[in-house]
Amino acid sequence: MPRTPQMIEKGLTLVDAINEGLAQEMERDARVVCLGEDVGLNGGVFRVTEGLQKRFGSDRVVDTPLSESGIMGAAIGLAMGGMRPIPEIQFEGFMGPAHDQLVNHAARFRNRTRGEITVPLTVRVPWGGGIHAPEFHSDSPEAIYIHNPGMKVVCPATPADAKGLLISAIRDPDPVLFFEPKRVYRSYREQVPEEEYTIPLGKAKVVQEGTDLTIITWGAQLFQCLEALDQLPEDASVELIDLRTLNPLDHDTIATSVEKTGRCVVVQEAPKTCSLGSEISAIIQERCFLNLKAPVQRVAGFDTIMPYAKLELDYLPDAKRIAEAVVQTLGY
Amino acid sequence: MAQTAAPAAPSSTSTRRGVSADLPDATLSKWLRDMFLIREFEVRCAQAYQQAKIGGFCHLYIGQEACAVGTIGAVNHDDPIVTAYRDHGHALARGMDPGACMAEMFGKSTGCAKGKGGSMHMFDRPNWLFGGHGIVGAQTALGTGLAFAARYEWEVLGKGVNHPDGRPATLDENAPAKKKVSLCYLGDGALNQGCLHEAMNLAGLYSLPVIFIVENNRYSMGTAIERGTTMAHNLLAKGAAYGIDSLKINEEEGLDILRLYDKFKPFADECRAKQRPGFVDLHTYRYQGHSMSDPQKYRTKEEVEAVKQKDSIDQLVLHLMNERKCMTEAQFLAMQREVKDLVAKAMTFAEESPIPDVDAELYSDVYSNIEANLSPTREYVHGAKNPLL
Repeated sequence: MPRTPQMIEKGLTLVDAINEGLAQEMERDARVVCLGEDVGLNGGVFRVTEGLQKRFGSDRVVDTPLSESGIMGAAIGLAMGGMRPIPEIQFEGFMGPAHDQLVNHAARFRNRTRGEITVPLTVRVPWGGGIHAPEFHSDSPEAIYIHNPGMKVVCPATPADAKGLLISAIRDPDPVLFFEPKRVYRSYREQVPEEEYTIPLGKAKVVQEGTDLTIITWGAQLFQCLEALDQLPEDASVELIDLRTLNPLDHDTIATSVEKTGRCVVVQEAPKTCSLGSEISAIIQERCFLNLKAPVQRVAGFDTIMPYAKLELDYLPDAKRIAEAVVQTLGY
Repeated sequence: MAQTAAPAAPSSTSTRRGVSADLPDATLSKWLRDMFLIREFEVRCAQAYQQAKIGGFCHLYIGQEACAVGTIGAVNHDDPIVTAYRDHGHALARGMDPGACMAEMFGKSTGCAKGKGGSMHMFDRPNWLFGGHGIVGAQTALGTGLAFAARYEWEVLGKGVNHPDGRPATLDENAPAKKKVSLCYLGDGALNQGCLHEAMNLAGLYSLPVIFIVENNRYSMGTAIERGTTMAHNLLAKGAAYGIDSLKINEEEGLDILRLYDKFKPFADECRAKQRPGFVDLHTYRYQGHSMSDPQKYRTKEEVEAVKQKDSIDQLVLHLMNERKCMTEAQFLAMQREVKDLVAKAMTFAEESPIPDVDAELYSDVYSNIEANLSPTREYVHGAKNPLL
C-alpha cells in the first residue's frame, strides 16, 4: 500500500511498520496467511492488519471466531501443512487458552520428528501495559514462553526494528512469538526503509554506548529508559541495550557490555520474580562475576496482578524509578 | 486374539454388497496382514513393557485394528492424518517401519523421533502421519489446520507446497495440488475437551475437509462414556451442532472392516469431493486396559470376552477363506509367520540400536539453527564460556 504524505514526512508508527511488513511478505509469498479475531474486515483491534483483507482477499486474511485454542491449533496445522500462518492473538492475556497448542505442540514438533516437521509460525500478540486497560490486556508474559524451549520470542520497540524483525520471523523455520508493545503502537514515529529487509533474530541493539553502567531493556520500556538518561548527571556514561529478541537471548552483547561497565540495571514491565530480568542477572553473575562493581538491579513491575487504569503508572517502571536505580548502582 | 489356526466358520455367512465387494483380493489380504501386524506388534510391545524395555506409558491398540486399517485404507497415502496417543496402529497402517516404531518406544536413536518422543508421539512425515499426540483432544485443532492447508493449497495457491512423498516444494516449484481430506482421530474421552469444539466450529465454519473420527471404545480411561459424556446415545448430535455431516458406524460394523469400509469410504469420498468436514462415531473396542497399569474395575471379563467373539481379524480371515475363497489356510499361516518374523526383527533392531548420543542429541532439533550464538545453553553445558565451570 502506498505510504501516506504523513508517513513520508513524519515517518512510520509501529502499527504502520508492522502493517507494511505483513503486506510485503504476503505479496512475496502466497503461503503467508493472516488469521485472527477481527483481523480482516475490521483490520484488527489495533488496526495493525488494516487494508490487508481488501488487498489480499478473505482467503488469505481470515476472520476467525473468538477461539484462541482453535486459532492457534489450526495455525499450527497450517504450518505443518506447508503454509506460513500469522495468527493474531488479540491481547497477551488471551494467550492462556492458546497456551496448550503453542507450548505442547508448536514448540515441540521439530524435536519429535527428527526435524522433518517444522512449525514456521509467527504469532502476533499486542503486549504490555500503558494503555489504561485492565489485566489480561496489559500483562507481560514473555518469561513463560522464554522458559519453554522450542519457541523464539521477539519484542521490538521501534518501527524500523519491528518491520525487519517481523519479516525475519515470518521467514524463520521455527515458531516465533512476536510481542508488539501496544503502548508505543502509535506514540513514536521514525523513518523506516520502504523496501523489504530483515533484522536477524537473536541480536540485541546497543542504542547508546557508555562506559559506567549498562541498562538492558526491551519493548516499550526502551522509551522510559531514554527518558531516564536525560535525568542522569552529566558525567554518567550509560550504555543502553535494547534486546529486541528475548529468545534466543544475545548473551554475548550483554556480557561484552557488562564486562566493560561492571554495572547493570535491567528494566522490564513484567513482575520481578522468575522474570527475564532475573535470568539476565544470573547470566551476568555467571559470565561477568569478576568484572562486577555493584549488584545487578532489576527495575520491574511488582509481584502483583497488573492493576487497572488508575494505578497502572504506579506499577509500570518510569524514568524516575529507572534513574534512581542507575544513580544508586553507580554510587554503590 | 486371532488364533494361530484359522477360526471356525460361523453358522451363517453374510452377503456382501457394499463398495468393499469391488476391492481386489490383494487389497483385502493386505488389510488382513496390516491388522495382524498391528496385533502382533502390540503383543510384543506389552512383553517389552513388562520387561521394562519400554518406559513411560504404552497404550495398546489390540481390538481396534479394523478402525485404523479400514479408514486409512479408504483415503490416499498423501491425505494427512493426526491421532491421539493410542497411535501405534495408525503408524503401522500408514506404513511406518515397525523397527523405527519399536525403537522409538525403546527410546533408541533409530526411533522415528530419535528416541525422544516415545510411544505416544509417532510421527512419519513421508507417510503423511502428523503425529500421535499426548494431550487429549488437542490434536483436533491440528487436523483442522492440516485440512485448512490442504484446501488453501488446492483452492488459493492452485499448486502443492509439498511433494507426494512429503518433501516441501520450493516457492517456484509446481507440485500437484489436489483435493485432499484429512483424517483426525480422537478417542471418545476427547469429546469432552474444549479444543474439539473449537476445531469442529472452525471446520464447519470454513467448510474444511477434515473427518473427525471418534474411535468410540466405550471408555475414556476408566470412565464409561455415559458416565462422562452428554448425549452418549446420540453423538451425531455433536457433529450436527456444528453443521457437520455425521456418520455412525456401530460396533458390529466397526469390528468388521468390510462393513466399516462400506460405510466410511463413500462418506470420505464425499467429504473430499465437496471439501467439507465430517464427523464419524465409530464404535470399536479395546481388549487391553487403557494403559499398561489399568485394574479394569470398570468392566467385566464377560464383556471383553463377548466382544472378542466378534474379533475383527477373525472376521476378515473367515471372509477371505470362506466367502471370497481367495486365501487358503496355508497362505494365512504363511502370512502370520512372515509378520511374526518382521516384528521379531523389529524387536531385535530396537534392542540392538544405540541409545541417543547425549552430546549430539540433547539439543538437536529444538531450533532450526544451533549455531553458537543462537544456542548459548549448549555452550554452557560444555562450559566454554562459563568461567566457573
